[in-house]
Amino acid sequence: MLEVSHLACSRGDHRLFSDLSFVLESGQIMQVQGENGSGKTSLLRTLCGFLSPESGKILWDGTDMRELAEDYFANLLYLGHHNAIKDELSGVENLRISAGLAGIALDDKQAVAALRRMGLKGRERLPTKVLSQGQRRRVALVRLLLGNAKLWVLDEPLAALDVGAVELVQTLIAEHLARQGMVIFTTHQPLEIAGMEMRRLSLS
Amino acid sequence: MNTLSVWQLLVLVVRRDLLLAMRRRADVFTTLIFFVMVVSLFPLGVGSEMELLRKMAPGVLWVAALLASMLSLGRLFSADYVDGTLEQMMLAPQSLSILVLGKMIAHWMVSGLPLVLIAPVLGIQFDLSVPAQGVLVLGLLLGTPVLSMIGGIGAALTLGLRGGGVLLSLLVLPLCIPVLIFGTGAVYAISAGLNEAMVSNLALLAAMLMFSLVLTPWVSAQALRISME
Repeated sequence: MLEVSHLACSRGDHRLFSDLSFVLESGQIMQVQGENGSGKTSLLRTLCGFLSPESGKILWDGTDMRELAEDYFANLLYLGHHNAIKDELSGVENLRISAGLAGIALDDKQAVAALRRMGLKGRERLPTKVLSQGQRRRVALVRLLLGNAKLWVLDEPLAALDVGAVELVQTLIAEHLARQGMVIFTTHQPLEIAGMEMRRLSLS
Repeated sequence: MNTLSVWQLLVLVVRRDLLLAMRRRADVFTTLIFFVMVVSLFPLGVGSEMELLRKMAPGVLWVAALLASMLSLGRLFSADYVDGTLEQMMLAPQSLSILVLGKMIAHWMVSGLPLVLIAPVLGIQFDLSVPAQGVLVLGLLLGTPVLSMIGGIGAALTLGLRGGGVLLSLLVLPLCIPVLIFGTGAVYAISAGLNEAMVSNLALLAAMLMFSLVLTPWVSAQALRISME
């Protein structure tokens, strides 16, 4: 369970949001809404511990995330604006490294299978610099298939994706929720999960 | 799926950075060629007076190694910062210090170790004796990892700053002075026949290496977290 209480965040002198509280339970999904610059990304980055909140607390299963540190990160999967993939490396190499950083040992076969499920068949061993923007995003999204992080924090997961890939992401999110996972995300494109109540948090 | 131990994670990071260095070979060679060039300029500029060259050799080689290692420091974290990999590293379920240590080791293997290996060849230009060559290489072997590790702190602090390269050198070079003093001191001592002084200089370098090994990854990790905000 993720519990955010009275969170406030500023960038420079500009107050983005204050007194923000919500609770996200297992199997729930929440969309963070707001205009450009309203602090959506800052909120997600605060949840990941990259930014320290000005005041307020973030609790994971009742314990402060700062105290849990690595134990909290083990439950977290973050997908940001940047793809976190290396242009010089192939999809398989990238995936095995990012899985390793998340603490998962992945062999060659598993990496290839995961990339194929993401629709990158035949591109697994190409350096990612020759892939298109959307294909690179797919390589980054493959991380959703790996590991058993409970909380997914997705910042604009659908950017640069085509219709097929968007459907695939929706399926993956639905599967994750069915496994009692939690998702908090931002998007400017419509993202619907069949049979799921979508909670919405508006920043203004 | 299996989980990775701390050691496996460390090996993974080192191998990753070495693999990336192999794919971007130009970066590796610039450091090495810079070192060779700077060291070779001295005999040409100063002239061929053997006595003078022999006296200058340890200082010239060490200063050149120091400057060469500064060249590649800026790249230690910046590529990972720009493409978002650093964010993922911070979210690793292991301590960030381990990942930083891995990156420092890889940095040394790419930009420090080649200098150590080529130093004896360059020493010939300065007519260094064989024992002096040996001590020089041993000193570089102990000292260059310290340069990479202290430099790592500077690289983490200046991450994402414009013009960070110059600032980085200004921050790091003063901290590297002790390494320079003991590294050159060991070679002067052996040239003067003072074996005990040579051993104590090298022992101090080794102590600095141990100290950096324990402390700098943690300090760099904290600096990285500050730079990410």
